[in-house]
Parts: sequence; structure tokens; C-alpha cells
Amino acid sequence: MIFAKPNSEQEVVSLLKETQGITRILGGGTDVLVQMKSGVTDPDLIVDIKNIPGIREIKKVNGGYEIGAAVSGSEFNNYPGLKEFTPGIAEAFDLIGSSQIQGRCTLAGNICNASPAADTTPALSVSKCRVKIVGPNGLREDLVSNIPIGPGKNSLKKGEFIKSIIIPKRPLYSSDSYIRFTPRSEMDIAVVSAACFITLNQEKLIKELNISLGAVAPLVVNIKGINELVMNKNLNDNLISQISLICSSSCDPIDDKRGTIEFRSHVAGVLAKRSIILAHSRAGEKIEKIAR
Amino acid sequence: MKKLHVNVSVNNNDLEFLCNPEDTLLDVLRNDLNLTGTKEGCSTGDCGACSVILDKKLVCSCLVLAAEVDGSDIDTIEGMAEENKLHVLQEKFLEHAALQCGICTPGILIAAKSLLEKNQNPTEKEVRYWLAGNLCRCTGYDKIIRAVLDAAREMRKDYGPNYS
Repeated sequence: MIFAKPNSEQEVVSLLKETQGITRILGGGTDVLVQMKSGVTDPDLIVDIKNIPGIREIKKVNGGYEIGAAVSGSEFNNYPGLKEFTPGIAEAFDLIGSSQIQGRCTLAGNICNASPAADTTPALSVSKCRVKIVGPNGLREDLVSNIPIGPGKNSLKKGEFIKSIIIPKRPLYSSDSYIRFTPRSEMDIAVVSAACFITLNQEKLIKELNISLGAVAPLVVNIKGINELVMNKNLNDNLISQISLICSSSCDPIDDKRGTIEFRSHVAGVLAKRSIILAHSRAGEKIEKIAR
Repeated sequence: MKKLHVNVSVNNNDLEFLCNPEDTLLDVLRNDLNLTGTKEGCSTGDCGACSVILDKKLVCSCLVLAAEVDGSDIDTIEGMAEENKLHVLQEKFLEHAALQCGICTPGILIAAKSLLEKNQNPTEKEVRYWLAGNLCRCTGYDKIIRAVLDAAREMRKDYGPNYS
């Protein structure tokens, strides 16, 4: 195995492109090192990207944020204003692993590792977050939800790597949430998870509602067709129950010791309900706060 | 295979070592630098026995490549006491009998130290959550939590009515 720690994006691309065999990017290493030790992967090249200028930075861009690929969970959650801007993504990122893992784990790693149970992918998907990808043909952008293409597989091509994650600007009365079910509150992996992004108008009528479910299918399930159902309506119990049923019936989970198909599908509906109520109350608080 | 040359500061001592690309920081600390206070438990980042502070951040040294740490500052358990004077956390662990077999203790002390550097007055819940990545199979954790909270009080010099 060759270890490289280049100082520029171009050098990373050339190394990835020119090396035959398995190449892996090292950001936080919390997945790749475990996989190397367990024999799941045996890379010919490891490229540590942490020397690239700006790769560990968080920037405010066009009313949103750009998160460098090597920014860790603890750096994200300690960055002033980010938790308030996107409580849902902050919650999802913070739930990954222990304090030790928080010092290293990255969004780019969580996305590219493509675990069906990844915490940040549903939370990033509902907010329509994008990734900036550098490769042999220059820079391109794609939606986070297009990166995982199956358990452990991602859509990046030979020579490409993610340099940053874009959390776009959001309307004034918007918020988000992420919740998951785990037997243990810390140090566990989602059995089912739900993320919600909601936009209200000043009268608290719904203008946008996105829900994504995690760990209930090989890929994150982005629930379709609910915007038509909720547009310009007040959130009420009937509406929430309808959405909850749609979510439960959109699942295609596995049956294993951590949860049966029936359990996972049912809990997905329950978590979807709770995530809507949470995001809705956060967006509502913004209306009240700005009115004051 | 060509070895990689790495410069680091460990417990405020500048030193250098040669490593293989796949060696972890834990391998180098224990096998090359003879700093065996940092323990190897699960080797997959779940147990926290190998915790060290890397550039002011708590990490599992089993999940860090040695080659990555060139130019970094690392704090290990060996740097916790000053000469013959134990760190308050170490004293409190002895006082509260917060250990039995001891294999998790260096990792827990390092993790607790990094918590108290950020938060001088943690709640019991905050201590429990912060240490969730450090497994102990002997104590049942209660004495560990009490020792950390007591050390925090001592470091704040907070001897209120509930101090015991």
C-alpha cells in the first residue's frame, strides 16, 4: 500500500487516476481503517486529503454553508450558528459514534461509505444538499442523494473525490429535524431513521415538505408525492397520519436481528410523524421570533 | 518497502519515527515509542482503550494512520502526571476506586481530561455521554462518573454544601 498526502486537489486527482487497483480517500478514516483491518478492503493507495487548502474549513456561501470534506463532526457542531441554521443535519452528524469518532468522522465519508443506515445522508437529502466533486474533467456538482448507489457503493468515477458539501440557502421560515431509533442512545447504528425539512409561510401554511427515511431500504428513501398533499395547508393530525402511512408503505427493509420488516416499516411511520412535528415547531418558532 | 518518516510532538517532546504506510498511530506508540500506557482493545474504534488527544481532539489511535500525524501534537496517558505529581483525575480515580483491572483506565482518563478542558462544569449526563465510547467491563461506570465529577469540582475549587 502507498500512502500519499498531497497538497492540492490536482495532485489527488492524478494519484487516483494513475494508480491501478483499489484507491481510497482518507478524511477521518473511521470507516476505511476499520474496513482495512477486517479485510473488507485492501487498498493499493490511500490518499490523505487533509493537506489540501480549505478542505477543513466551513464557509458561509450565498446564504448557505460550504463544508469542507475533512471537517469533523465536532468541528461542525461547534461552529457558531450552524446548529441554528440546520438543527437536523447537526443532530444527524452528532449522533455518529462516540466523542472519539466525532473528532474524526466526516460528512463526505458518511455519504461515500454508502451505508443504508448512514445518519447524515437522509438529513442532507431533505435539504437538497449537494456535493462538489473534483475529477479528471474538472469540477462538477451533484445532489447528495445521487452519491450512494447501493450498500457500500457510490457513484464517484475513477479519479474523482468530494471536496465539499453545500448546504443551500433556505427560505426564512424553514427548519429541519432528524431522529432515529436505536436500542442504545449512544454508540449505536440506526434501525430506522427519519429526516424532515419544512418551509412555512407567515400564516404557518406549508410551502414545502421533504421527508427521507434511512435504514429501511438499500438506499435512502426520499418520499414522493407529499408536497401536493400538504401544499398551502395547516399541519393537522389527519395530514400527519396520512403522511405517516405513506412513509410506512414506502419502506423496503431487510429482516434481521435488529428489526423485522414489519417493525421497521411501522417505526418509519412513527419517526416520520415525530420528525415532521419537530421540524414544524422549529419553523414555527422562527415565525414567532421574527414577529417579536 | 520504503518506510515513511514522521515528525511529531508527543507529550511536548519533539520526536521522529519511521513507519509502514498501514501502521496505526497505536502501533507506533506502543511498539516503536514504547508508550504502552495507551491500550489496544477492539481495534475498531468502539472501546476507547486507545484514546489519545491529537491536535487538541480526542481520537481513537487505532483509527489513525501513523503516517497521517506528521507535524501533529499528541497527548498520551504518559504525559498526564507531572513528574511525581498525579493529575487530579488520576488522584480521584484512586480515591473513588474507579478502576479494577485497569485496561480501560488510561483511555478513560484521557477522554475525561479532554472533556474537562472543554467543559469545567459538566453534568452527570454530559459525563456519561462523553464517555459512552469508553467501555469498562469491571466497574459498572458509576465510580468512574463520580470520580470525574469530583475531579471537575476539585479543579474548579468548588467546595459547596454537597461536597463530600
